[in-house]
Amino acid sequence: MGEAIVFYGLSALILGFAVMVISTRDTVHSVLFLVVNFLLVAMLYVLLGAEFLAVIQVLVYAGGILVLYLFVVMLVNLKRPPETYQDPRRQTRLGLALSGAVLAEFVAIGVYGYTSPEGLPAVAAQAVEGGNVEQVGWVLYTNYLIPFEVASILLLVAMIGAIVLAQRDV
Amino acid sequence: MVDTLVIPLLKIVILLNAILIAVTYMVLLERKVIAWVQSRLGPMRVGPYGALQPIADAIKLMAKEDITPTRADRWVFTAAPIVVLVPALIVFAVIPFGPEVELFGRSVPLYITDINVGLLYVVAIASLGVYGIILAGWASNSKYPLLASLRATAQLISYEVAVTMILVSLVLTAGTLSMVGIVEAQRDAGLWFAFVQPVAFVVFFIGGMAETNRAPFDMPEAEQELTGGFHTEYSGMRFALFFLAEYANMIVISTVATTLFLGGWLRPFPGVAALGFLDLVPAWIWFLFKTFVFLYVFLWIRATLPRYRYDQLMRLGWKVLIPIGIGNIVVTGVVKVLL
Amino acid sequence: MQVEVPSSMFDTSELVLNMGPQHPSTHGVLRIVLRLDGERVVDSDIVVGYLHRGIEKLSENRDWTQIILLTDRMDYVAAASTNLVYCETVEKLMSVEVPRRARYVRTILAELQRIASHCLWLGTHAMDIGAMTVFLYAFRERELILDLFEEYCGARLTYTALRIGGLPLDIPPGWDTKVLSFCDIMDSKLGEYETLLTHNRIWLDRTKDIGVIDGPDAIGLGLCGPTLRGSAVPRDVRKDEPYAAYDEFEFDVPIGVKGDTYDRYLVRLEEFRQSLRIIRQAIDGLPEGPIVGKVPRLIKPPAGETYHVNESPKGEIGFFIASDGRSTNPYRLRVRPPSLCNLQGLRRLIRGHLVADVVALIGSIDIVLGEVDR
Repeated sequence: MGEAIVFYGLSALILGFAVMVISTRDTVHSVLFLVVNFLLVAMLYVLLGAEFLAVIQVLVYAGGILVLYLFVVMLVNLKRPPETYQDPRRQTRLGLALSGAVLAEFVAIGVYGYTSPEGLPAVAAQAVEGGNVEQVGWVLYTNYLIPFEVASILLLVAMIGAIVLAQRDV
Repeated sequence: MVDTLVIPLLKIVILLNAILIAVTYMVLLERKVIAWVQSRLGPMRVGPYGALQPIADAIKLMAKEDITPTRADRWVFTAAPIVVLVPALIVFAVIPFGPEVELFGRSVPLYITDINVGLLYVVAIASLGVYGIILAGWASNSKYPLLASLRATAQLISYEVAVTMILVSLVLTAGTLSMVGIVEAQRDAGLWFAFVQPVAFVVFFIGGMAETNRAPFDMPEAEQELTGGFHTEYSGMRFALFFLAEYANMIVISTVATTLFLGGWLRPFPGVAALGFLDLVPAWIWFLFKTFVFLYVFLWIRATLPRYRYDQLMRLGWKVLIPIGIGNIVVTGVVKVLL
Repeated sequence: MQVEVPSSMFDTSELVLNMGPQHPSTHGVLRIVLRLDGERVVDSDIVVGYLHRGIEKLSENRDWTQIILLTDRMDYVAAASTNLVYCETVEKLMSVEVPRRARYVRTILAELQRIASHCLWLGTHAMDIGAMTVFLYAFRERELILDLFEEYCGARLTYTALRIGGLPLDIPPGWDTKVLSFCDIMDSKLGEYETLLTHNRIWLDRTKDIGVIDGPDAIGLGLCGPTLRGSAVPRDVRKDEPYAAYDEFEFDVPIGVKGDTYDRYLVRLEEFRQSLRIIRQAIDGLPEGPIVGKVPRLIKPPAGETYHVNESPKGEIGFFIASDGRSTNPYRLRVRPPSLCNLQGLRRLIRGHLVADVVALIGSIDIVLGEVDR
């Protein structure tokens, strides 16, 4: 019961802040609302019992990536104020139609999942004892090793790209 | 009900008050220690031997006019000092000050909570403190404080990487992420981790000094040269909050270093039975004593060493400390597998 | 592979930044307008004159003894040195012989002044680079010297300690033993400064290869004093054109190797020791005798002009005096201020360095704005 209250409250806040991210005029405020959003999502993870993921969410996403977003936004904002004109290439009606279609698809999947006789596919039984960190570690390095390594290489490429772009001709 | 709500609340209240008083008196401690190093006396007038000086400072700062620049972003301007101070305070939720003690017939652990990813929690909350500095520079609505704050932030996130590497090798040694678990691992090993991982200890302390913007890494703050630093536009209590946050961060680093490397609440050489008489001293006194030693070293270093130039500081973080951190992880891993 | 980056994204135009006259690190009212590319100094413009008091013009309306008070206020950190060079210039113009005892005491005062000035230099230079404790240690020693001077002439900063032809006062009894005990104290404290700075890795990082200038360039810019000697140029007026009693003493002139800030630091640190050596020799060999030469009551040098140089703690200080033989005031008095000449080199020194190094370099050339602006 208490869990349900917390869940719905958190979700409402998350959605509310997400709306504010895209509706506010000031870009910096936008990023800050996103930070709050991610912190609330981390709380959601704690509610689900994934505390490792929650802390990693705060550490990496809110505390690392968004800091860099903020850097860029602030440095770019130095030169130009936020644009207030409407982009003439925007296709409002087509966008609304497409998002309506996607939403209908989600609703259909959800309804099918709840009302079908087999029920939702069960979560795989925990193969490893121990806390959150051990479980994630085992799964990451055995079942999902290849995606993990590919992700590492992707990050390495990004780092090298950043260094190449920012390098002075010294 | 009592155990899950009342006792933690009481602990939080006591701890917050204690931390805030400690932070206020850190100001006096710093002035006194640096003064004694420089063969002078420090504050002596307010109260006996200057003991009431922080109270005088607090009253002065609260009585100052609260100036907000006209075109500054009001919300962000007000929020920045808060965003700097709050993470420094909530980290103390996982710091273990002592083991379970008997109080009023109940067994009360001397820490607010022990989450099983405690160490990661500390790092995560520390990384949130960075926002306050960026927002302070931004809200001042002026180019130079903004650039100064971005430089300070870049310094912080660079040294965060080095410190996190060190913590990874420490987690390998201890086998657990929980803060209480790390202290217990040191008790089981019979040896403080400072002896097991001396390189990690030194690098952690250096990284900690850089994280808190303390000398010799205080160039963004002591930027008396040109850009007045990110807190130029702040006055009165808001300005005070920045410095309280810095001292609170110093205490955080000291307590975390104590927990991770000096055995937390354990007495020296917990494995040696002959030194059992040291157990007469309560565990939390050991903890506070060790924290105090670290704080003293912070002040001692500030009084003695010149400060690094910004590019030398960044070079040290990226080109020296991070490779050492990575090497430490590799060596720790190898040793762990072989032993 | 060429990467096309839109230039407006990484727009790096030059930034003009003002290190204004009011500044904690410029040691006085000095204004430097920097042109920066990012954090590097591309060029700079040094604006002086904020402390100009018209001393040269004022001295045209003062008589020769009154001008000694004005010379105190030029290099206020080392007043006795400026007193000395002025008095010697007038004595040269008047062909007055200064008795030997007076020359010895003048040397002692000048060397004590050198130590005091270098103490202040060390303290402020170290503090600008961040080692705040050295500031207090150096000033503690400077206080001892100021006490010695106070006992001798009654003042701590603006001494007016000399007169044309000699000294106004003989040294008080016991003063020489106090000076000797000060020398012992200073020797031990020098060891302290060395421990704190000379091999400190952070100090080395902040001062090595900063502001490198080689000998020929330094001479071309007109640098003088320890700033010049740091670039391996062996020019010291005390050796080349001895004055006061310097020809009777044995001392070495420390010379640097590369001409960076670290070398200038080492040169001045060694000058401490050489000054102590000179003072000890002077006290030991202090002759008896009069303290003032044969000088008429009304000082009226004959018509003519002369130029005389000394080695003040800041560098080679010169006085040019023109007298018309009839009035009790000089016709023209002109100072060659070592601080201004060294300041000229600053523009060349800071080019290409970072903003944080500008402060280190201002400290390294050791200027006093009172002397720069007069």
